[in-house]
Amino acid sequence: MEILMSILIGFLFMAAIYLILSRSLLRIIIGTGLLSHGTHLLLLTMGGLSGKAAPVLAEGITDYVDPLPQALILTAIVISFGVTAFSLVLAYRTYKELGTDNMDLMKGTEDND
Amino acid sequence: MINLLLFPVLIPFLFAAILLFFPKKVKAQRITVMIGLLLALASAIVLLIKVKTDGVQTVTLGSWAPPFGITMVSDMISVLLVLSSLLIAIFVVWYSYTSIGEDREKAFYYPAIMFMLTGVNGAFTTGDIFNMFVFFEVLLMSSYVLIVLGGEKVQLRESIKYILVNIVSSSLFVITVGYLYSVVGTLNMADISIKLEEIGQSGIVTVIAVLFLIVFGIKGAIFPLFFWLPGSYSAPPVPVLALFGALLTKVGVYAIMRTYSLFFTTDVGFTHELLMVISIITIVAGCIGALAYFDVKQIIIYNIVIAVGVILFGASIMNDSGMLGSIFYLIHDILIKGALFLLIGIVIKITGTSDLRKMGGLMRRYPVLGWSYLVAAFGLAGIPPLSGFVGKLLVIQGGFEEGHIWQSVFILASSLIVLLSAIRIFIYAFWGAEKVVHTISPKTYRHLLAPAVTLVALTVLYGVGSEYLVPFMSDAATVLLDPSVYTDAVFRGVK
Repeated sequence: MEILMSILIGFLFMAAIYLILSRSLLRIIIGTGLLSHGTHLLLLTMGGLSGKAAPVLAEGITDYVDPLPQALILTAIVISFGVTAFSLVLAYRTYKELGTDNMDLMKGTEDND
Repeated sequence: MINLLLFPVLIPFLFAAILLFFPKKVKAQRITVMIGLLLALASAIVLLIKVKTDGVQTVTLGSWAPPFGITMVSDMISVLLVLSSLLIAIFVVWYSYTSIGEDREKAFYYPAIMFMLTGVNGAFTTGDIFNMFVFFEVLLMSSYVLIVLGGEKVQLRESIKYILVNIVSSSLFVITVGYLYSVVGTLNMADISIKLEEIGQSGIVTVIAVLFLIVFGIKGAIFPLFFWLPGSYSAPPVPVLALFGALLTKVGVYAIMRTYSLFFTTDVGFTHELLMVISIITIVAGCIGALAYFDVKQIIIYNIVIAVGVILFGASIMNDSGMLGSIFYLIHDILIKGALFLLIGIVIKITGTSDLRKMGGLMRRYPVLGWSYLVAAFGLAGIPPLSGFVGKLLVIQGGFEEGHIWQSVFILASSLIVLLSAIRIFIYAFWGAEKVVHTISPKTYRHLLAPAVTLVALTVLYGVGSEYLVPFMSDAATVLLDPSVYTDAVFRGVK
C-alpha cells in the first residue's frame, strides 16, 4: 500500500512540476495546488498506513491509525487553500494590470518593464 | 507554567485584529499600532529579564504533557530576536507615518505588519517543528499582502514570483517534516533532539538535515537559493523593504541555527561542513552582487546575502566564540539593515531615483543624512567600535580556533568589499556636484530623518555597549551549543 501511495505521490509531484514550469500563470497555480495535494498524501503515508479503526478511544479498540498526520494534513490543507485563493486573486489582478498571463513577458529586464 | 512568553506573539495578533475594524481612520490606526508595538516591546523586555534570571521559559499549550502538546520555548536567543524584531517594527512604523502614503495606510498596511510580527515572533518562540511551519505561513501570508500592497505594475510582477518560490518552499517544508516524523515519530523539537541522539548517525537523518537546509535556505537566502531575493525585495516601497530585509531572511537563518544545533549534531563532519562551504560561497556571491549594481536598493539587498553568509559561518563552526559572534552579528544585522534601508529610503525620496549615477552632492544640503549614513556604513563593515565589529571579530576568532584559516580570511576580505560597496553609495550620492532634481519639504525630511537617525544611534550604542550585552549573548550561545539545556527545560515538569 505504501508503495502504491509513493508512486501516486511521485506522479502528482511530476505533474505539479511540469505545470509550474509552464508559461501560463493559471497553469502554474494549478501546479502548486497539485504540489500541495502530493505533499498532503505524503504526510499521510509518512505516518504509516497501518491501523484499522479510527483514532477514537472506545472499548475494545486497540489497533487504531496514527491521528497526528491527519491533524497535520488538516492544518496544511487549510493553509494551502488560503494561499491558492490569494494567488488566484493576485493572478487575476496581475492579468488586468499587465495585460498578460505569460511569465516570459514578466521578466522585469530592461527592455521588458 | 507561565504565559508571559506568549505575549510578544499574542499582543501583535490582538492589535492586528482590532486594527481590521477601522481601516479608513488613519490617525486612529497610527496610534493603535504604536500602542500595540510598545506593549509588545514592554512584554518582551520583561520576558528578557525573566529568562536572564530564571533560565529557559516554556509553556505547553492546553497543559498537555510536553511531547504531545505544542510547546512554546523562550530561550535567550529567541527572546533577543523577538525583542529586536519588535524594535525594528517600531522604527519602521514610525518611518511609515510620513513615507508610506495614506492610500496604503487605508488598505490594511498596519494590520499586515502586526500579523507579520505575530508570525515572526511565533517562529522565534515555538518549540514544535510543525508549529514553526504554521508560523512561517502566518508571516509569509502577511508578507504577500505587504509586498503587493499598492498594486504597482512592478510589485504585481515581482510578487507573483515571490509567492511562487515560497509556496514551493513551504511544500518542501511540509515534506521534510513528514520525513522527520516518520523517522522519529514526534514533532516536539526537544523530543526530536533526544530521539535523534538515540538513533545516532544514519543516512536518512543526514538527508533530512540537508532537506531542512534547502527549506530554510530558500527563506534565508543562502547560495544558490537567493535568486528570488533581489528582484522581490526591490519591488515594495522602502519601509516594507526595511522590514523584509531586516526580519524575514533572519527567520530562515534562525531556523537553520536552531535545527543545526539542536537536531543534527550527529553527523557534524558532513552537515556542518556543507553549511560552512555554502556560507562562504554565499558571501562571495553577495560580494559580487553588491559591487555589480548601481542601484542603491540592490547594493544593500546584496549586503543581506553577505551577512547571512557570515552568520551561518559562525554557526557552522560550533564552538563558543563562533556561536557567540554569530548571535552578535545576527542582532547587529537586524538593526543595521533596518537603519540602512531607512536612510537610503530618504536618499531615494530626495533624488527621486535609486540609480547612483543620477545622484550627487547631497552632502551640502543634507549633512545630517550624510554623516549618519557614513556611520551606518562603517557599522555595516565592522569598523571598531561600531556594531558590526564585535560579531565579526568573534566569528573569525572562532574560525581560527578550529583551524579554518582560509574561510576566515575570506570573511575578513569580504568586510573590505562590504565597506567598498557601502562607501560607493556615499561617494556617488553625497559627494560631487549637486544633481538634485526633486526637493522634499524640510518637515517631511525631518520626520523621515528622526527614526532613521535614532536607529543609527541605537546601532552605535549596540557596538559601544557590547561589553554589557556579553552576558545575554553568551547565555544564548550556551543554549545553542548544549541542547540538553533546551530539552531539560522543556521536560522539566515531566521527568
